[in-house]
Amino acid sequence: MKPSRFQYVRPQSIPEAVMALQRHNSKVLAGGQSLTPLLSMRLASPDVLVDINGLTELSGIELRGSELWIGAIARHQEVLTHVLVQTHVPLIQQALAYVAHPVIRNRGTSVGSIAHADPAGELTAVAALLGARIHVSAQQGPREILAADFFVGPLESSLQHGELVTGVSFPVLDATWGSSCQEVARRHGDYALAGVCALVQVLDGQIMAARIAIFSVAGTPLVIDVIDVHEDHEKLNLKVQALIDPDTDIHATADYRRQLVKTLVVQALTEARVHAELRQS
Amino acid sequence: MNPEELFLVEITVNGTPLSARVPARRLLSDFLRHDLRLTGTHVGCEHGVCGACTILLEGKPVRGCLIFAVSVAGSAVTTVEGLVNNDGSLGIVQRAFHESHGLQCGFCTPGFITTIHAYLKENPHPTEEEAREAIAGNLCRCTGYQNIIKSVLRAAELIDSGVRDDH
Repeated sequence: MKPSRFQYVRPQSIPEAVMALQRHNSKVLAGGQSLTPLLSMRLASPDVLVDINGLTELSGIELRGSELWIGAIARHQEVLTHVLVQTHVPLIQQALAYVAHPVIRNRGTSVGSIAHADPAGELTAVAALLGARIHVSAQQGPREILAADFFVGPLESSLQHGELVTGVSFPVLDATWGSSCQEVARRHGDYALAGVCALVQVLDGQIMAARIAIFSVAGTPLVIDVIDVHEDHEKLNLKVQALIDPDTDIHATADYRRQLVKTLVVQALTEARVHAELRQS
Repeated sequence: MNPEELFLVEITVNGTPLSARVPARRLLSDFLRHDLRLTGTHVGCEHGVCGACTILLEGKPVRGCLIFAVSVAGSAVTTVEGLVNNDGSLGIVQRAFHESHGLQCGFCTPGFITTIHAYLKENPHPTEEEAREAIAGNLCRCTGYQNIIKSVLRAAELIDSGVRDDH
């Protein structure tokens, strides 16, 4: 189980990286925690691997206006412990606690996880729920893709050949907002059988906005506005069940996944409200 | 087919600078075992699940099988061989495994030792529950987990009692 041959390029700048990515069948190597197994199992065999680990300008986590910017080679572990993330977009850390094991988080990158567009990925759900923007460098110049337009299918994004994701920016959530991430996996750190991220806005004790993103039950994370049904759990469940389409596999049946979603949606919304009240007190 | 391009990879392993010319697709775990002949690092599943190949990269535990050697050229790596004391006696985690019967066939042990070594640096007083969580990313097919958890707690005791450890 060894990767097949590839040409290895380690660019020193973003333009150099983009240039190398123009070559036929190229692929970006950041943390490599999802890509390397695919290469070793030969599920992917790129001709050119462009290693961006030397691009230190992409390692940052910073506040840019009303957005939190995370660079393409910031490791999960750095994001998980960063004070700016904790203060401004706590949902990222709530979700990251479920991402793999600490050893994988030491190398894997949060932005790489989003670019990988795994439907079971916690961070894809976070990006979709928050309406994050994916920053891309291309030969014709930089562009931004809204998360809603980015995730196209399982492991498939709207990123074009030759484009490099340089970072992702998340809208900062003031203290009126609370969030939560809940999932069930066979073993902590494994892929979720089903998971839910929730975001609620609480003003004077009233819920003013309520949205959820469900992951691991469809090809892309599903964002659902539930402000109209959040108080009535039966209506809430009906609305959600009509939109999801989980599969049966060796880990769980589709029915079991539906049952998990029903429970996790309520749990996540409840926790998100508690979180908002906690942030306001 | 053209001969495969080789890269000179220089890595400091357990304090010693070592190098070899390898193709870009050489995994760090294979670089250590095949090219540098350091066979303490074991390779189990080779796709990041089992944890047997866990090594310390700049002090932090990572999967050797999920990193290309060429990508970390110039770094410092610690393997299980590097966690013995300078006089050759067992390091604290190794000694704890010995005392608590923390290994049976020993295949998974190098990954556990490195993972636990790094964990205890940051969390020197784990509860049993935390010890269990700390090793959740490593598999033992002998299923000797109870004694491995005991080994984590024993290692923490040894650290508290001031037993010598050079790392």
